[in-house]
Amino acid sequence: MGNEAVAAGALAAGVGFVSGYPGTPSTEALETCAKRSPGSVHVEWSVNEKAALEAAAGAAYCGVRALVTMKQMGLNVASDPLMCLNYIGVKGGLVVYVADDPGPISSQTEQDTRRFGQYARIPVFDPSSPEEAFGMIRDAFDFSERHRTPVILRSTTRICHSCAAVETGGAPSVRSPGSFEKDSRWVIFPKLSYNSKKRLVAREPELSAELSAYPGNALLGSGPVGIACGGVSCAYVREAIRGHESQFTVFKVATPYPFPEELAGKFLDSTERVLVFEELDPVIEDALVYLCGKTGRKKEILGKRTGTVITAGELSSGEAARTLDAVLGTNLSVPRADLSDAPALPVRPPVLCAGCPHRASFYAVKKAMEGKRCVWCGDIGCYTLGNAAPLGMVDTCLCMGAGITLAQGIFHAGNGSVNFAFVGDSTFFASGMTGVANAVYNGADIVLIVLDNSTTAMTGHQPHPGTGRNAMGGPAQIISIPAVLRALGVKTVLEADPLDQKAALAAVREAAEGSGVRAVIFRSPCAAIVRSAQRCAVDPAKCIGCKKCIRELGCPALAFSGGKAAVDGALCTGCGLCAGVCPVGAIGKEAAE
Amino acid sequence: MNRSCLLCGVGGQGTVLASRVLAAAAMERGLFARTAETIGMAQRGGSVVSHVRFGTEIYSPMIAPGGADVLIGSEPGEAVRNLAYLRPDGLAVVCDRAVFPVVAALGGGSYDGEAMLAYLEKRAARLIILRAADVEKACGTLKTLNIALLGAAVASGALGIPAEAAAKALAARVKPAYLELNLNALSFGAKKAGECP
Repeated sequence: MGNEAVAAGALAAGVGFVSGYPGTPSTEALETCAKRSPGSVHVEWSVNEKAALEAAAGAAYCGVRALVTMKQMGLNVASDPLMCLNYIGVKGGLVVYVADDPGPISSQTEQDTRRFGQYARIPVFDPSSPEEAFGMIRDAFDFSERHRTPVILRSTTRICHSCAAVETGGAPSVRSPGSFEKDSRWVIFPKLSYNSKKRLVAREPELSAELSAYPGNALLGSGPVGIACGGVSCAYVREAIRGHESQFTVFKVATPYPFPEELAGKFLDSTERVLVFEELDPVIEDALVYLCGKTGRKKEILGKRTGTVITAGELSSGEAARTLDAVLGTNLSVPRADLSDAPALPVRPPVLCAGCPHRASFYAVKKAMEGKRCVWCGDIGCYTLGNAAPLGMVDTCLCMGAGITLAQGIFHAGNGSVNFAFVGDSTFFASGMTGVANAVYNGADIVLIVLDNSTTAMTGHQPHPGTGRNAMGGPAQIISIPAVLRALGVKTVLEADPLDQKAALAAVREAAEGSGVRAVIFRSPCAAIVRSAQRCAVDPAKCIGCKKCIRELGCPALAFSGGKAAVDGALCTGCGLCAGVCPVGAIGKEAAE
Repeated sequence: MNRSCLLCGVGGQGTVLASRVLAAAAMERGLFARTAETIGMAQRGGSVVSHVRFGTEIYSPMIAPGGADVLIGSEPGEAVRNLAYLRPDGLAVVCDRAVFPVVAALGGGSYDGEAMLAYLEKRAARLIILRAADVEKACGTLKTLNIALLGAAVASGALGIPAEAAAKALAARVKPAYLELNLNALSFGAKKAGECP
């Protein structure tokens, strides 16, 4: 897997410090570092990306090679230290591995980290395959140390989550401990920033010249039609033109910033017309258009700006072939079968798993507040799926931790509703605590529901400060969420097991009746990490076929066949929520096979 | 010779494991392999797809529409959803058991698994159907359905991978306690492929 290749490459390059926060599609990079670490490498899940980058910077100040991993949304969280760090620079190599998500498949935005690199003036390396990523991270570390600059290694879902055969070589090298040397260069002040800004701008042409000779940036072929591409788009393009290579010159861009202008000039001069294939933003396209303007070259550049290439969503080899055919009149596309006569397909959106405690939590809140005017502010995690029918318990979702603060704005705006904020345990530590402090300090009236399933579930069950484990699987001090809430000044802090619906409803009602910031912590482990000894079963003799269990819960283990409800024993975890909902007591529990 | 196999189903049906086993089997044969998988939010009970490509020169981890030699569907509706990936002369290996999405159970839409199979019969050049009931009976569980389907696909010869390579790759990826169960599923699938015309 691409993420594993990045980790193996970082370890082979002598990384001594690895930090990050889970986020699809980046998560496996840090997990692999933890798994493969020879023991001398510090690997941590930090509480969020900002903490991860700052800690990594500290290690890099000491001369240790440091890797920070995150998804593109996480880069927004880490942008504060990142923007400043470039002015300061590093001693040990520091690589920020950021996974972008064209589509998007598992993210809120289609933002492009290459743009972020340009904005922050931080060099960006962009591998086109997992095997290239393996070698490229070493190049990124070397480049970082040579130029004393943080470097971004950017990849995308189809690199992160695609597998290829990669030769990883020998055992990871072991590093000696770092040492911090006191120096005024580590302290950011306006004067230092002024000088740094001049240096950052002045170095651009030098770095660009160096990168024109970087083997990752390459011209492939010598045909009259130019295609510029970067990242996985290079793979799509090469697949699309297979067998017709002689017509094309492919400009593979591995460093979108600083842009390898010298090589780009050669590319422009050796081709008659140019198409640009890239996902997310027109970064390469803009760089080529800029270069043409700067150097007085007259060349038509076709890409996103000209409406030639799709402006959102993922590219593919098929899409590249289709676009080339449309522009050039070639015949690269494989004819698509006409499947318009296919029977209607069911929509199959992702849903909360069978037995998910979040379902029980949402249901308890919904039942307790029936008939009351409420706003449900959701957040980022599996529980975002609580928006789907039949629960319909997410009215807003913005970014990590935002539910808690959005609810405050809705209160202060005078909406007159009972304002709920739902937050998961990992999100609470990542960016929920400051929001709670803000609510208490500014006198907001909100009900905070903490959905504590003892893990970071959505990204594949990573530990966090509430779990008592660290990234290496070792023991860690548990930070208690109720204790944190009390310390932040929340006077009503209730705890309940959401699978005990009676207690859960009572807790929600009690919290809803109060004023100020009130919190209910629903604690029940993620259904995917505990093995249940029980299953639910429907007694067909008792079932009246009212479908109430199906209609109210939307559990994937519940189906309706032959006029009766039925439980899929392979999916059911025996949480018993449906048994409580059944009006005639037709659902009971039995021992699992 | 490059080959492509698209595996599809519903999150939790073991599509990722089957695709890894197939890619590893190809590597056993000295071929270069790439896969691309659905990981993250989409896998929670949603439609999932794995692309597996192997041969001498593979650039893209993703299969282009009309480019799959074999389509493996753990669920008939998902097989229809991804049928555009299959070559006109390709082979579809599909389980007959429909997995009803929650929205269908809620009454938001109708869904007929038999209609999906009938459509596949009509549109796929070659089709192997594994009956879930048969798999359950022969293997004792439906949890190895993914491997049974893989066994049928491999035995069909359409992927150019010998059965031994698949078995060897499976052994390296499955816990020893579950290996026999999975090997049984692999041979059950192979047997069923042999019975198909």
